Amino acid sequence: MTTANPARQASEALIDVAELPPSALCAPPSRYDVAKIREDFPILRRTARGKHLVYLDNAATTQKPQAMIDRIVRYYAEENSNVHRGVHYLSEVATMEYENARGKVCRFLNARSEKEIVFTRGTTESINLVAQSWGRANVREGDQILITAIEHHSNIVPWQLLCDEKRATLRVIPVNDAGELRIDSLETLLNPKVKLLAVGHASNALGTINPIRKIVEMAHANGTLVLVDGAQGVPHMKVDVQALGCDFYAFSGHKVYGPTGIGVLYGREALLDAMPPWQGGGDMILSVSFEKTTWNALPYKFEAGTPNIEGVVALAASLDYVSSLGLDNIAAHEQDLLHYATARLLEIDGLRIIGTAREKASVISFVLEGVHPHDIGTIVDQHGIAIRTGHHCAQPLMLRFNVPATGRASFGLYNTKEEADALVAALRNVIEVFR
Amino acid sequence: MSDLRELYQQVILDHNKNPRNFHEMADASRKVEGYNPLCGDHYTIFVKFDDGTIRDVSFTGSGCAISKASASVMSSTVKGKTAEEAQSLFDTFHRLVTGDMSGLSAADLGRLAAFSGVSEFPARVKCATLAWHTLRTALDGQEDKVTTE
Repeated sequence: MTTANPARQASEALIDVAELPPSALCAPPSRYDVAKIREDFPILRRTARGKHLVYLDNAATTQKPQAMIDRIVRYYAEENSNVHRGVHYLSEVATMEYENARGKVCRFLNARSEKEIVFTRGTTESINLVAQSWGRANVREGDQILITAIEHHSNIVPWQLLCDEKRATLRVIPVNDAGELRIDSLETLLNPKVKLLAVGHASNALGTINPIRKIVEMAHANGTLVLVDGAQGVPHMKVDVQALGCDFYAFSGHKVYGPTGIGVLYGREALLDAMPPWQGGGDMILSVSFEKTTWNALPYKFEAGTPNIEGVVALAASLDYVSSLGLDNIAAHEQDLLHYATARLLEIDGLRIIGTAREKASVISFVLEGVHPHDIGTIVDQHGIAIRTGHHCAQPLMLRFNVPATGRASFGLYNTKEEADALVAALRNVIEVFR
Repeated sequence: MSDLRELYQQVILDHNKNPRNFHEMADASRKVEGYNPLCGDHYTIFVKFDDGTIRDVSFTGSGCAISKASASVMSSTVKGKTAEEAQSLFDTFHRLVTGDMSGLSAADLGRLAAFSGVSEFPARVKCATLAWHTLRTALDGQEDKVTTE
């Protein structure tokens, strides 16, 4: 915390703008200083297996900036109280911070109203909320739900449960060999029975960024609602739910440099308003009697029980942090890394990248000839490098590309080209061990 | 890196590349699938079990080097053993890969000793024991599918 220095302010006020170089006035985009950004993440200073930690598992979860960690401490040290209940001072403070955070999320996603922002445990819970509340009220026998071939299990299983219960049908939009959605198949799969289409903004396993606006346009023309699983969207690009036009958008705090256990569901107000509650309890009611209970207004109708207040205020701190760096700057940095790492990895004989879409988030899934991904993971781990190996909670996708598993390096806002080089060197060691 | 060489000993790399008894068995008396959903290791173990003795063992499937080498070594180790002897070998193997070596001698271990490095890699214990768990299920004759999740 710095306090304003009146003397310094006075001296700054004396600067004549005419003396400044033109560049200072145009305020060009600040250079993305990754070395300085890394200092904001205390965990990046630690070692793993006696080596510098190289963290390339950002699609699983991201590391946390000091500002977010401090925010959690400050909440418990100075603001802890229950929200929306007491008339006492602390409860007012906690409620204000909690609702301010909702305002930040609303502006971050460019939603129309804070009523459209529901806090959940994460993307998975957000999707389950829609499947259980909207789905149970609106899906009938013979209806269809569309998903894609590259969805995470969390955007498959909730719809399977719903379809089983309602005797509806789950249909799958295929992808091409690059891992891109087959828009021509979507065209033929859309019919009046399709009530909802659930699609990932970006694939956690392949990196593919789906053309959400185009998909929404086609779905809406068919009277089909669209839910976007934004777990891998929000960390990598600026998301504007009004520009995307989607009806629901879900994301997780921990994948965007925030805490675990907190997530968001954005839903169009008219839809959320018409949906029945899905969990009952405190906070989600207006009045309760044993004969009849009336529901609270949006968004509280969907927030039963004492919420994850710490998670909400810390999520807001993380969104402030990424906004201060600039989502466009982060995206540019990650795209640069993606292209560099892709080229370096392809120098390795026998390495094949699974997922070669034109539009990709900074995720690289790969297989190495003759070496199982699990062995790759163990060996690069000995170099202090964290990558994910396995099916990435996308088993149908592994089947589609006929691989049992892949290795996956996923880059975040603090990763560097040197770290991509370290991965390449470690993979060469893998080949040596298995030669 | 010395831990890596301990884990990926030559015996393991050799069995991974050229697994023994790596085929189906048409006249098997027991056939059980073993699956590790975490990393996708997936094997089918075939056993010819007769008069309390394991006459023959083979396997098919795919997975990491540790799991495949373990299945291969297991298949050649338990051939000709009784169910009790195989169980005792599994107990020994389990103690080896979890680092509980007290009272184990080189003679007890035999070819299994190649897996001593696994104890330094707790995440890989499941890979090393998958085939053994599957064999035990086959000998028990209860289920037709096991997982190590």
